[in-house]
Amino acid sequence: MNLRRILALTKKDIKKTTREPAVLFLLLVFPIVLTFVFGLAFGGIGGGGTTSFEVGVLNLDTTGPQTEWANAFVDNLTHSDVFVVHNFEDNATGQAALLQGNLDAFIVLPEGFGDSIESYYGAPFDSSSWTNSSIGLYVDSGSLMAVSAVPPLVQEVLMNTIFGSDNIAIGLPIEIETPALVQSSDLSQFDFMAPGLFAFAAIFLTMIVSQSMTYERDEGLLKRLRTTPVSSSEYMISQTLSNMLIAVVQVALVLASAFAIGYRPSTGPAGIAFAFLISLAFSLVAVGFGLIAATVSKSADVATGISFVFIMPQMFFGTFMPLGGVTEALAKFMPSKYITDALTTLFLRGAPVTSTIIWFDFAVVSTIGIILIIVGIALFERFGSK
Amino acid sequence: MSESAIEIINLTKRFDDITAVDNLSLEIGWGELFGILGPNGAGKSTAINVLSTLLEPTDGSATIDGYDVVFDPDNIRKVIGVCPQEPAFYPHLTGEENITLMGEMHLVPKDVLRERVKTLVEKIGMEDHIKRRAKTYSGGMIRRVSMLMALISDPKIALLDEPTVAMDPKSRHAVWDFIRELKTQGKAIILTTHYMEEAQELCDRVAIIDEGQLIELGTPTGLMEKHHAKNLEEVFLKLTGKKLREEF
Repeated sequence: MNLRRILALTKKDIKKTTREPAVLFLLLVFPIVLTFVFGLAFGGIGGGGTTSFEVGVLNLDTTGPQTEWANAFVDNLTHSDVFVVHNFEDNATGQAALLQGNLDAFIVLPEGFGDSIESYYGAPFDSSSWTNSSIGLYVDSGSLMAVSAVPPLVQEVLMNTIFGSDNIAIGLPIEIETPALVQSSDLSQFDFMAPGLFAFAAIFLTMIVSQSMTYERDEGLLKRLRTTPVSSSEYMISQTLSNMLIAVVQVALVLASAFAIGYRPSTGPAGIAFAFLISLAFSLVAVGFGLIAATVSKSADVATGISFVFIMPQMFFGTFMPLGGVTEALAKFMPSKYITDALTTLFLRGAPVTSTIIWFDFAVVSTIGIILIIVGIALFERFGSK
Repeated sequence: MSESAIEIINLTKRFDDITAVDNLSLEIGWGELFGILGPNGAGKSTAINVLSTLLEPTDGSATIDGYDVVFDPDNIRKVIGVCPQEPAFYPHLTGEENITLMGEMHLVPKDVLRERVKTLVEKIGMEDHIKRRAKTYSGGMIRRVSMLMALISDPKIALLDEPTVAMDPKSRHAVWDFIRELKTQGKAIILTTHYMEEAQELCDRVAIIDEGQLIELGTPTGLMEKHHAKNLEEVFLKLTGKKLREEF
């Protein structure tokens, strides 16, 4: 094995990549565009502050002696950092705004809202004497974040309205702390998605490897190289090295783009270094899948299609897509899931790099990567190179 | 250095029920420019591919500089330079980068490589274009670069499979001069071609093969005398007939 040959072939691959606009876009520009688009769409740009929900309010408790409770509730909503409040005069207009996606939630304060609170204060321990009423809360079912976050936040505002900021004065031996809610309200949806972007960008290496290998085979370049003293292992190592190098650049680009739009992962330089390390391991996975795709593909065009057989499950089950049930179980077989998990642990939860779980994820990605590379090389050598 | 540059003994190569090379025996010496002629599908390129270690023979044997094509392909690849029939090159690299890459594969020392690229490029008249991406080249320019990719390692044995196809007369003559010069350096050269005047002009000896079998062997002049022909093309047509055939 000769280092000079390996480096010459690696250099050749890098030149091929950087001089082909389509490949360059997919590998280097795509991660930047992806990060910016996701940042824009999911709140990363200008992020770091509080997420806000657009909320419509229809106050029907405007007559009678107890209207100040409803006004206090609306004031509390307005002064919270979480809601941007829009007042509505009728139910139909508010519902229409919700349906059109202009609101994340629509709240209807019923007539007698204030009376209900006063009846509580009249006999706090006799629920049979209370005047019951219900707040109408309609949440945008198209927003996963609104569905999960708005109801408890509204509940919190209601409690503040009834009991004041030192609320829940009722003495209980057990209390539930709410830091999770408070903290998550400081994160944008992009913060949850950002760890998945690293795997998402690198997944496409599979397609580039398979296209490149089938192209070199079909154009007689592999044959030509096989008439020189270069060995198969030197060639395959150069392929792997060049793609690892691209993976490093991709991680740097995703990180730099995410930083540029205000994303701040909850980790230090060691965590960032770990992101590079696990991405290198993941590039082995992508190259391995690429070699397998090249083996079964008759041409570079076919290789593109076959690559998606490997890319799609990685993308849908292993990055930032919501999972549950069967898909959750399937994700356990996706290497991309482990890189996303590790980076979520570091970047979102702020776990230290000494955490066992991230090194377990690294071990899984590396092991699968090495196995896939060996299998990919063996298959390509045996069936794909001629 | 072995006595013969290339020795082929009863070489046979079959693809399923097609016999591409049938019991071929040849011996080629150092400093000899040897032409393999034959109609389309005669087995010329298959023979070159076996000698290049790309295909294993079905039967018989072949040695290059004393190394067996089956048992010692690694050593053979160190001494041969192969110019394939279909010029294989990296279109996104420049001509110079394509040639240099092949030199790197043969571990030619960097300073020697730089100097050799410059010299060879001048010899085939490509100095004005060599820093352009290969995808912008004409067919003839690609052929010339492809030949330099084969010869940049200064191989002892050159296997040139139809190197002058699609070249204009000026380029072809430049390549002929270049091939003649290689011969004077003591290299053994196998040249396959469909241009009979090329074989007549360049080759010391030619083998005419048809349907994988050797049907005639000798010097161009000797064959013309033997078959009472004005030129090698007449000899070729007498021996192979005028029926059109397909390439393997």
